Amino acid sequence: MNYLIAAYSAIWILLFFYLFSLFSRLKNLEKTVEAVKRKVGEKAGA
Amino acid sequence: MSNVRISDKILLFLIFIMVPVALYFAFAYAPEERVMGVVQRIFYFHVSSAWTSLLSFFFVFVGGALYLWKNDKRFDYFAYAAAELGVFFCTIVIVTGPIWAKPVWNVWWTWDPRLTSTFVLWLIFVAYLILRSSLADHPAVRKYASVYGIIGFIDVPIVYLSIYWWRTIHPRVITPAKVDLHPKMWYSVLICWATILLLYTVLMKLRIRMERLKEEVQILQERVQED
Repeated sequence: MNYLIAAYSAIWILLFFYLFSLFSRLKNLEKTVEAVKRKVGEKAGA
Repeated sequence: MSNVRISDKILLFLIFIMVPVALYFAFAYAPEERVMGVVQRIFYFHVSSAWTSLLSFFFVFVGGALYLWKNDKRFDYFAYAAAELGVFFCTIVIVTGPIWAKPVWNVWWTWDPRLTSTFVLWLIFVAYLILRSSLADHPAVRKYASVYGIIGFIDVPIVYLSIYWWRTIHPRVITPAKVDLHPKMWYSVLICWATILLLYTVLMKLRIRMERLKEEVQILQERVQED
């Protein structure tokens, strides 16, 4: 039973870490896009 | 995740429904295996993850070949995303395999042909990801990555055929000729695989979105530098 619990826990932990990594990378990229867009807008306005 | 489409909402809803259903099938609906007992229930997600990772590496092959043929970035994004997801699901296989092997074979790991070829496959695509993440997005990098992905895919049929080519202790319960499983176990595998494929679809969409955002950043930065 312990091995079964260990295996399914491992699956959930791996999934959690992957999702966390994926969403944080996406969030960072979205922030970067917004920042660069702002910079482009500022340059166009100047 | 600011603009969630209706198709994405349906996919997420299906996942929320299917995950408990798959767990019910794996833990309650499928009968307990007589020899291995309860630990055999690792099988349902171990095998589903293995099939998903092999399918994903096949997508790397297809994406790479199409990129070389059509020279369209979208195929490269698809291949890159598939490589990362393939490594993720292969990691699940490599982690859950030894946890199952210990009580059944009395060892965590053995250099059995199926295990070894799977480990080599994992290493091939981990190297692919390391190389890609350390190099800038450039047509030459995309081209070499496509070639690497196509060559790396050669290990997929080796993983599949290893149990036929060499002497192995790895179970051989599902083959094209027959499914050596109780029907309830077989249905449980299929339900678990369907659930993982739904999850795979969502992850793939997110991962491709990431590549598109990277491209957008690159284009915008080039525009800033030009100005």
